Parts: sequence; structure tokens; C-alpha cells
Amino acid sequence: MNGLDEGTRGEIDAVIAGLAAAGYIASRQIATAVFLARHLQKPILVEGPAGVGKTELAKATAAFLGLPLIRMQCYEGLDEAKALYEWKYAKQLLYTQILKDKLGEELNGVRSLSAAMKRLQGAGDIFFSEQFLEPRPLLRALQQPEGAVLLVDEVDKSDQEFEAFLLEILSDYQVTVPEIGTIRAPVPPFVVLTSNNARDLGDALKRRCLHLHIGFPEPALEERIIAVKVPGVSETLRREIVALIQRLRAQDLRKLPSVSETIDWARVLLLLHAEHLDGEKVHETLNVLLKFESDVQAVDSKIPALTYEARRAVGAAE
Amino acid sequence: MMQVPHGIAGIEAPLLRFIEALRSAGLRLSVAESIDAFDAVAVTGFADREALKDALALVLAKSEREKAIFGDCFDRFFAREMLDLGTAQTALPPAPEGVDAASSLGRLLAEGDGGALAAAMEQAANAVGISEISFFTQANVYGRRILAAMGLEALESEIEALRRNAAPAAVARADALERQRRRLAESVRDFVKRQMALYADGRTAVMREEFLSSVKLTALDRSDFQRMHAIVRRLAKRLASRHAQMRRRARRGQLDLRRTLRQNMATEGMLFRTSWKRRKIERPKVMAICDVSGSVASVARFLLLFLYSMHEVMAGLHAFAFSDRLIEVSDILERNEIEPAIALILREIGFGSSDYGRSLEDFAAGWLDRVDQRTSVIIMGDGRSNYGNPRSDLLESLAKRCKRLIWLNPEPESLWGSGDSEMLRYRPYCHYAGVCNNLRHLERAMTDLLER
Repeated sequence: MNGLDEGTRGEIDAVIAGLAAAGYIASRQIATAVFLARHLQKPILVEGPAGVGKTELAKATAAFLGLPLIRMQCYEGLDEAKALYEWKYAKQLLYTQILKDKLGEELNGVRSLSAAMKRLQGAGDIFFSEQFLEPRPLLRALQQPEGAVLLVDEVDKSDQEFEAFLLEILSDYQVTVPEIGTIRAPVPPFVVLTSNNARDLGDALKRRCLHLHIGFPEPALEERIIAVKVPGVSETLRREIVALIQRLRAQDLRKLPSVSETIDWARVLLLLHAEHLDGEKVHETLNVLLKFESDVQAVDSKIPALTYEARRAVGAAE
Repeated sequence: MMQVPHGIAGIEAPLLRFIEALRSAGLRLSVAESIDAFDAVAVTGFADREALKDALALVLAKSEREKAIFGDCFDRFFAREMLDLGTAQTALPPAPEGVDAASSLGRLLAEGDGGALAAAMEQAANAVGISEISFFTQANVYGRRILAAMGLEALESEIEALRRNAAPAAVARADALERQRRRLAESVRDFVKRQMALYADGRTAVMREEFLSSVKLTALDRSDFQRMHAIVRRLAKRLASRHAQMRRRARRGQLDLRRTLRQNMATEGMLFRTSWKRRKIERPKVMAICDVSGSVASVARFLLLFLYSMHEVMAGLHAFAFSDRLIEVSDILERNEIEPAIALILREIGFGSSDYGRSLEDFAAGWLDRVDQRTSVIIMGDGRSNYGNPRSDLLESLAKRCKRLIWLNPEPESLWGSGDSEMLRYRPYCHYAGVCNNLRHLERAMTDLLER
């Protein structure tokens, strides 16, 4: 029993290392989710504020597992034809035109209508076979011989109908195309769904998924993320950036700065050759962090104090 | 409520009890999720506490709020019980020769092994079915049952035998055991209380909720507002999702020939793609006009909460509040939580005595031209206008303009028209006028609003 548990811990560590190699710094919770999803063959539903790396997780997982990433962006009005498969109408039509003569030959000498039908049926349903099938992301994910990472992005933006339709695929990893039959995935894909909570997802969908909530990262984790993503930033500046961002997140803002904003800001500061944060630099680059004018105005007057606090916090820690 | 079988071996029994505790803390867990939890534990094992917590959180808690509850519950549930009986300092005098009634519990107490005692206590607690506990008043009963299951009787007869022995060493040992027994009883009592916090809170909450949905909103206790808000939000969510489904179902119909032909022009008119006629059920535009004076305010708050909780299934929602004058309060309600919003609104228009006539004039002057055929107007009020001019002519013109005029009155129908109530004068113009003073009424009125 104990040996097995050692194995568990080791495997979770391996996931963390694997994701790190793909450029994704994962918390233990995130790594456990990936580990568990692989073992239980369940989809992960990732929720959390925008820009904390939900989509990035799927990309990193694909790189880590060495599988192709198939991405499906959800939006209002997305339906089966765009998500699953479609018949290549034009190609079907073209082929019927070209094969007209051939069909005529086939049917040559046949007198009655029913005999013609019989002969046609003998030729098989050629026009509704896989070569006329246009696979869309979901079907493509099921057809990958080695398996795939399927990213269903922003599933909360899709309609409830589509969500219900997803259930079938997510629980059995198979779809039924009426004309062809059931297509089953040879290797179940690793599915990641992301949601920004634009609307509440149905209980049925949540029940089928592992639910992972990614919030804003802890300071230490965020520092490591910057270190990996923007390697040129000095350690002191990195810590000052994180200290200030953490303070900004405590403010009452419409849109709190997320990890993606932190990374962008670090890049900007790197370009400006900043060694330390100072009130003026923060003021000038604030629009990288805050995406609403009202937020910028609300925070602007507090910038000198916040910057001072952040610098002092870093200084005190050293 | 799922019965926890007592005979299940290994990891399963504690996990089942943990799931039960989570349910009682308010998480809605299905059997499928319990099975997932077992699968997850089979992968991670019980030994790595962090991994176990992470894994179970992934499977069992499905929102940020639920994660918080889960974390709290996990820590409480898997807290290692340690009984501190203070035995380390006061070593028991050895048992004198000739007393053979030594009980197993007495031995444990004498050894002062807190861990072993705790294990014995938990075992006893499970044997008497502690997770069934529902009421505070049961705490003593369960405490006694646990002590009995741990072998209290044998211990007491041991103490008695020691006392009968009359040798000083025996008496000293009897006294010491007596002290330990009292400490143990105390520990068990605390343990039962902790268990009750785990299992019983939710169960009493369920009963309370059932009671609350039929209680008169006007007679509601302040302390129940929070819980009530949660119920209202849940009802509203359910209605909203059901209504979304109804709109969908109504879309099935006949072939829309015009659109189909146009769509298939590329294929020379061969019908590859068909499109069907749709019947659209419009999302209602709602204007809610609420009397916020006196007793009506407490019902109006829930109406407003209801409306704002399901605003996503409405095309437009405007709220107005009045006592002696009428103002639009949509902004206040959109920007604030319901509790502070109501306080703000009351501050804004004060606790004046209601004047329906003048409020209707205000509405007619400011907003009547915004009422169209798609608008449903809901008026929430008792119709008691303090003998002012009721201006039912304004209500008539409002009724003619709008799609539906719904009047919800918290007073029982027998009181309508008594005293200064103008309800009977208003009633003829309403498409629906009904009593509304508990959640069931409110839910019915909302369903009606969405279905037409």
C-alpha cells in the first residue's frame, strides 16, 4: 500500500516536471487533476478568471503527453455540423454528376424500377461513406489513432443544447453518424473544457468532469511563472512585480490583472530596462495591467503608495 | 438520505461517511460522484493526505463555493482524534493482586494511550451510527451509547470490585479510574458535538427550507433572510433553465420552404439542407412596480430578488419602487446585493405612507410610453392607498398598453376592499390578480409570467 502511494506522489511530481518542460508551471492541485484525469479517463473542467492559464494548461498537457492538440472554440450558435461532422455536399454533388454515365451503365438493361434500386443498393452507399465526411474537431479528436488532447474552449459560451450534446461524447467517447454507424475512439482523448462562468454550466456536465478551479496563483508560484516566461527579468524586479500585482488584486476593480497581464507587464518592463519599480514607470505602463479606463482612474492615485509598499515588502524579505 | 452501512470494510466506510458529511454541509452529490470518489481514492490511496484532498476536491466539489465548503469539511472530518486524558502525569497505581475484573476499557485508561482510546471511541461511534444524529437533543443519548459500546459497564464493575477490595492501593486505583472515566465522558461529549456539526447541520437545514417555502413572507424572521435568499436564487435558476428549454422545444415545426430553397441554391435547388419553421416564444419584458411601504416591503424584496435572479431569461427588466412617490430602482438593484439595495431604496423614498394614485401618476408621466405590447407589468402591493384618489383610470390605460398586468397582493383575498384597500377597484383591469405571500405563490406567479 505504502509503495503504491509513494508511486502516486512520484507520478504527480512527474506531471509537474513534464508540464514545466512544456513551459507551464503547475500547482500541485493542477498536476493532481492531470494525473487523475489520465487514470480515470475523465474530462477536466477548468474554471477560473480569464488569463490564469486555462487554455495554456491544455496546450502544455498536449506537449507533455506528446499528443496532437485539437481545439474547439465554443460560441453562441455552435452546432453539431460545425463541431462534429458535416457531409461534403458539393463533393457529393460533383461526384454524382461525374459518375452519371457510369451510373447509367450500371443500370443499363434493367427494366423495372425495383430492379434498378436493387442494383444501386448492391453498389453500396458510396455517397455516404467516410470519404464524403468532413470531420470537425470533435470527430477528429475521436479518430486520432494515438489519442489526442481535445480542448473545448469557453464551453460556457455555447448553448445549452450543445452542452447536452457534448455529454454523450464525454461519457462514452463515441458518436453515432446515422448513415455510417458508431465511431468509437481507439484511444479516448484527454479532454479539457474551459469556462469563464459566463453562465452556469449544467449539473450533468459538471458531474461527468473533474472540476478544477484555477485561481490567481500564490506569490511564489507567480514568481516562478515569470521566471520561466520572461527569463530576462532580474529576481528583485520579479518579486516587486508580483508584490505589486498581488496588492492590485486586493483593490476593488472591474477586471483584476491576471497571470497573462503579469507576464505582459514583465515583458514591457524588461523592454524599458527597468531595474526597480517606481511610481512613474508603473503609472506609464498601467494600461498593460488594467483593461478598463475606470479601473486605471480608480487605481492611479494609489500607485505611489502601492509601489512603495511593494518595494518595501521585497526589501524587508531580503 | 443514504444509509451508511456499518459493516463495510477498509477505506469505504470512512469515505461514505465523508460524502454523507459533505451532503449535510450542502453539497449536492450524486451517486455517480460517489463512485468517482472511490475510483479516485483507488488511484491515489489514503496515505498521502494532500493528494487525497486534491483528488477528492476535483471529483466532489464543483464550484468555487463548494471547494471552500469541501476544504473546511475535509479538515474537520479527517482531523485525527486524539484524546488527552492527562494520564502521563498521574500514573495509575498498579492493580493489587486478587482483582481479576480488569476491563478492557480500564486497561486502555490505565495505559493512557490517547490514540488507542480515540480509535476505540470512533469505532464505538460508528457502531452506534453516529452519522444518523439529527438534533441537538440527541447528543446525550449518543454520548451514553458510545460509552456503553466502549465497555463502560465492565469498567464500572471493575471500579466497584476495587472499592470492595478495600486495600489502600486498590482504592487509590479506583479513584484514579473514576477520574479518568469522567474525563473520557467529557471527551466523548465533545466528540459527539463535533460529529453533530458534521452531520446534523445540513439535515436540519433541509427541514428548515421546507418550512420556509410555505411560511408567510410577511411574518419572516430576519435571521432567515439569508437562507431565504439562497432558496429564491435556486428556484429562480430552476425556472430560468426550464424556460430556456421550453423555448427550444417550441422551435419544432413545419418545413420552411422559402428558407430551404434559398439555402439550397448552390446545389441547384436539390434539397440538401432543410430548415424548419420556428415558433418564437418571446422573452418577456418585465416592469415590476413594488410598494415598499411597511409590510409589503418584505414580500417585495423577494419578488425583486426573484426577478433579478432570472434576468437572463428576460428581454428587459425594469424595477420601480414607491411609497408616496415612485422612482426607478433598476440601477440600484443591478449594482448592489439585494440586502443593501433594499436599504438604499428605502432611504431614497423613505417610509412614507403609500399613495397609489400619485405613484401611478408618476409612472404614467415618466415611463408609460415605454410600455409596449411585449411588456408584462407586475405590481406588488396591498392596494391600501390611505383614502387618496386611487386613479384606477391610469391603471386602465396601463393595462391597455401592456401585454399582461399582474397584481400580486400579500393580503388574503378576504381583506381586499376592506378599509382603505382599493384592491377591488384595481382588480378589473388586471389580467391576473392574486394573493402572494409565500415562496410557493411567488414561484407560481413567475412560472405564469414566463410561460405566456
